[in-house]
Amino acid sequence: MTATEETAMTIGLAAEPASAGHHPAPATAARVVAALKRRRRWRPLEAVFWAATLASVLLLPSKHLILNEIAILGLFALSLDLILGFAGVISLGHAAFFGVGAYCAGLVATHGITEPLAGLAAAAALTALLGWATSYLVLRGTDLTRLMVTMGIALILGELANQMAWLTGGADGLQGIMMGPVAGWFEFDLFGTTAYAYSLSVLFVLFLAARRITNSPFGLSLLSIRDNPLRAAAVGVPVNGRLVQVYTLAAAYAGVAGALLAQTTQFVSVDVLEFHRSADVMLILIIGGTGYLYGGLVGAVLFKLLQDMLAGFTPQYWHFWIGIFLIALVLVGRERMVGGVAAAVRRLARRT
Amino acid sequence: MAVALETRNLQREFGALRATDNVSFRLERGARHALIGPNGAGKTTFINLLTGVLTPTAGSIYLDGVDITRTKREQRVHKGLARTFQINQLFAALTPLETIGLAVSERMGGGRDWWRPTGSKREIVDEVVEIAERFHLVDELELKTSTLAYGKQRLLEIAVAFACRPRVLLLDEPAAGVPEGDRHEILAAVASLPRDVSVLLIEHDMDLVFSFAERISVLVNGALFKEGSVDEIAADPEVKAVYLGEGDDD
Ligand SMILES: Nc1ncnc2c1ncn2[C@@H]1O[C@H](COP(=O)(O)OP(=O)(O)OP(=O)(O)O)[C@@H](O)[C@H]1O
Ligand SMILES: [Mg+2]
Repeated sequence: MTATEETAMTIGLAAEPASAGHHPAPATAARVVAALKRRRRWRPLEAVFWAATLASVLLLPSKHLILNEIAILGLFALSLDLILGFAGVISLGHAAFFGVGAYCAGLVATHGITEPLAGLAAAAALTALLGWATSYLVLRGTDLTRLMVTMGIALILGELANQMAWLTGGADGLQGIMMGPVAGWFEFDLFGTTAYAYSLSVLFVLFLAARRITNSPFGLSLLSIRDNPLRAAAVGVPVNGRLVQVYTLAAAYAGVAGALLAQTTQFVSVDVLEFHRSADVMLILIIGGTGYLYGGLVGAVLFKLLQDMLAGFTPQYWHFWIGIFLIALVLVGRERMVGGVAAAVRRLARRT
Repeated sequence: MAVALETRNLQREFGALRATDNVSFRLERGARHALIGPNGAGKTTFINLLTGVLTPTAGSIYLDGVDITRTKREQRVHKGLARTFQINQLFAALTPLETIGLAVSERMGGGRDWWRPTGSKREIVDEVVEIAERFHLVDELELKTSTLAYGKQRLLEIAVAFACRPRVLLLDEPAAGVPEGDRHEILAAVASLPRDVSVLLIEHDMDLVFSFAERISVLVNGALFKEGSVDEIAADPEVKAVYLGEGDDD
């Protein structure tokens, strides 16, 4: 008897308990499959969320302009969530893709292709290419170098847009964007109704795709990279390759968000590439929470509502209040803040 | 016997420190081989070089006779080389189900799949459950890894490496830090690894080394100091002096 067998015997085990041809307990397998299905099942709250957005199209016609802005910001933040929340890649220059998408869609329109969907496709393709090309700069290095590189790329692009006035209109912005009807059918109107319905539809479709992708084996590998790249590589995940892919995808999402802004406001200002865009979208995602896909959307709603409300009574100090809010969020912690609000609501509900 | 893993004159410096010093080492196919040595001898560094976490400053590494010295980490895994870590390297926010499932699916090329829902391939699920049974993780499958008992996390370390279906498995102190009462589960898991997997075990616990290994290499100050059968090493006065004499620390 070898020493190995001896050890195995003393601990009451055959040397090879689960040899080839062994079939695992079907009950466990069924339980596991059910658990995985449960994880990706639509929750009631999700249905409520999307029903509410649909209702807002029908019931809040006077708010469509701002709702359109919220939908676009939400998509932009969803894009950041794909890299930050799901793959752990931090960026302070995400506006690079938003801005390039906006200019691309604007220029496509001013050059005579007025079908909005064609503009979206062009913006998605161009920003995906830009994302893919810059990913090699961004993905090497630590969080700090990533912050620097992403910020640097956005700054360079912003300055380029400013200088290339012959193409972009420079500081005056890109004007004269005339959009045709969406899909040759839905004309844009003054109240922003078509705009909002259009942006919301695009957001919904891209959200569905993101939901599907994050629930795939590819999505799982992103989570593993976010949690522990060292181990991810040690189980055979090509870490850099996967990050390049998701960065490219997120860039396209941000590009589409920018394109929506250009098309629905029929104007592109150099502001689309400015630093505050990148900072705001980070803020939005942090307010709403990362890594569950709805953070960007919820954050965009809260951000715009806060901005509207606070700007209403102290217009100059809006950033002051958002700063206070952010610090409170970090110090108190979102869980406790949300938990506290939820508990208060429950208490109120019980009393009435 | 055929050689599963081999290094020739492997070398690695950290500044002035030579952590791996001209190591020429062979792991036979199907081996039960232990690598021992005092703290700081360079055992983990050696594993890091083998798996591509660190690049050697000189020398080469062969897996089944193929030079993998410059091969990417994940490619080495796909070629059949897997490892565990001395200090847990797990996915804190994922479950053992996801962790093991990831390893199995990556092995089958599933990670390129953007559209298929996870868990929809029955053969992956079956394999995950089979591995969970082998490593006593069935009841923990759906718990967040960060909430698992330490001993279970150590088991998951081995389970996820095993899920890569390696031909060569490198275990870096699998029982490190596990309380006495829970060690038997780890030892049983190690002892019952299939014979066709060649295993290199780093361990300070001499009882485990002597019960598991058939050959032992001793590393001192980054260099291979002695190699031999269990009996030879156990009886070697020089080994006793540099290593066993220091007592079974951690
Ligand atoms: N990344 C690094 N940078 C600098 N020095 C390092 C690095 N990794 C290891 N060392 C040094 O190399 C030497 C060997 O370390 P290593 O971790 O390989 O030892 P070990 O044999 O695994 O020890 P232990 O039994 O304590 O795990 C030590 O002196 C250590 O400080
Ligand atoms: Mg070590």
